[in-house]
Amino acid sequence: MPISLTTPLSREQARTLKAGDSCLLSGVIYTARDAAHKRLCDLAAQGKELPLDLKDAVIYFVGPTPARPGEAIGSAGPTTSYRMDAYSPTLIALGQTGMIGKGKRGLEVIDAMKTHGAVYFGAIGGCGALLSQCIKKAEIIAYEDLGAEAIRRLEVENFPVVVVIDSQGNNLYETGRAGYLESQG
Amino acid sequence: MREMTAQQITDVVRRLCMEANCHLPQDMKARIEESRDQESWPQAREILERIIENYRIADAHDRPICQDTGMACVFVKVGQEVHIQGNLTEAIHEGVRQGYDQGYLRKSVVRDPLDRVNTGDNTPAMIYYDLVPGDRVEITVAPKGFGSENMSQIKMLKPSDGLQGVKDFILKAVEDAGPNPCPPIVVGVGVGGTFDKAALMAKQALLRPAGSHNPVPFYAQLEEEMLEAINRLGMGPQGFGGKTTALAVNIEQCPTHIAGLPVAVNINCHVTRHQTEVL
Repeated sequence: MPISLTTPLSREQARTLKAGDSCLLSGVIYTARDAAHKRLCDLAAQGKELPLDLKDAVIYFVGPTPARPGEAIGSAGPTTSYRMDAYSPTLIALGQTGMIGKGKRGLEVIDAMKTHGAVYFGAIGGCGALLSQCIKKAEIIAYEDLGAEAIRRLEVENFPVVVVIDSQGNNLYETGRAGYLESQG
Repeated sequence: MREMTAQQITDVVRRLCMEANCHLPQDMKARIEESRDQESWPQAREILERIIENYRIADAHDRPICQDTGMACVFVKVGQEVHIQGNLTEAIHEGVRQGYDQGYLRKSVVRDPLDRVNTGDNTPAMIYYDLVPGDRVEITVAPKGFGSENMSQIKMLKPSDGLQGVKDFILKAVEDAGPNPCPPIVVGVGVGGTFDKAALMAKQALLRPAGSHNPVPFYAQLEEEMLEAINRLGMGPQGFGGKTTALAVNIEQCPTHIAGLPVAVNINCHVTRHQTEVL
């Protein structure tokens, strides 16, 4: 049975999640890709206020297609996460507890997750039409000039994710593959 | 000489951009469903079910299958007996501009690789022309996402590296890519030619119908062998474990220099999109 989670995601909650857990996320999450991450980190380096509250926040690495009239958002699946590796440790130190993306993460990110208590979720890449059905509202809150890469505040209901890397550093990409290969003898 | 207008080209490109992004080709769907039936690992099967559900939703609602609606790669075969009134290249860019706007597709192109300002209309398209006999124009639009494009590799092997070197390099590219390009993937391989030709062949290999084979039996067998080898790696759909790491390996080859053995591996995801129309 999937674990139901409601954001904001506290550090304590994040620490209870284990690699391989299926979860359904509800509540508010924020979108950001490379360009928005860079701007957030630049602001943080200058000691300026960020356009969103990172405490216990979950960030979804996504650049959606434009919404058609009457729809909340267009297709919205995850982008490859390693491009955010240069920025995620800074944001985790500032309070972020969850990331949603796909693909491998660097050691610095995993170290920051272990130190502060954060979790890396995977959503199914290439399933943007399906995933967008769980996004009920979307509103640009910063960097509108970035278009698809602007920061959006999303309200999601039962958004399906799986814990890929947990706050102890366990990694589903390693354990899932090893488990399958073991089953093959 | 058969006369055609640039406007005809624009109209077709516009339509192909929208169709390719919202409707996965039937051969890809059949291959994914076959893989689902052959997948023994429950978690992997579950992911393949979601992938199938996703393209059915995209079909039913004319929604982009994936939010990365790609750079528009356009392959054009122009018959030598066709005369096009107007600017053919500009007509193709205009078709992309209109298709990405009217189809609510994502604009993912920056005007310069270093200043990174979005062009706002997904142009320019990446256009490849081929002059062929006849009085027809064949246009293929293949939107290419960059999650998988970024995982592609090219290497100038030595002739002494031989067949084993080619096999090792293909497996290395897939292993290095891991979960990043949204497996199950389609692997396009170009062997021979020059540096640039190998890369282009690898991309063109991705246009082949899934399940088709190289007409040369040696290469057809190599495709089968590499598909089996990749599917023994155990990465599986999304990299969470399972058999179905790749759906197809398509290899194209061509003559090369006595000193060289170029190999390019262009990776595509399970959303291997392309639509063709002949005018």
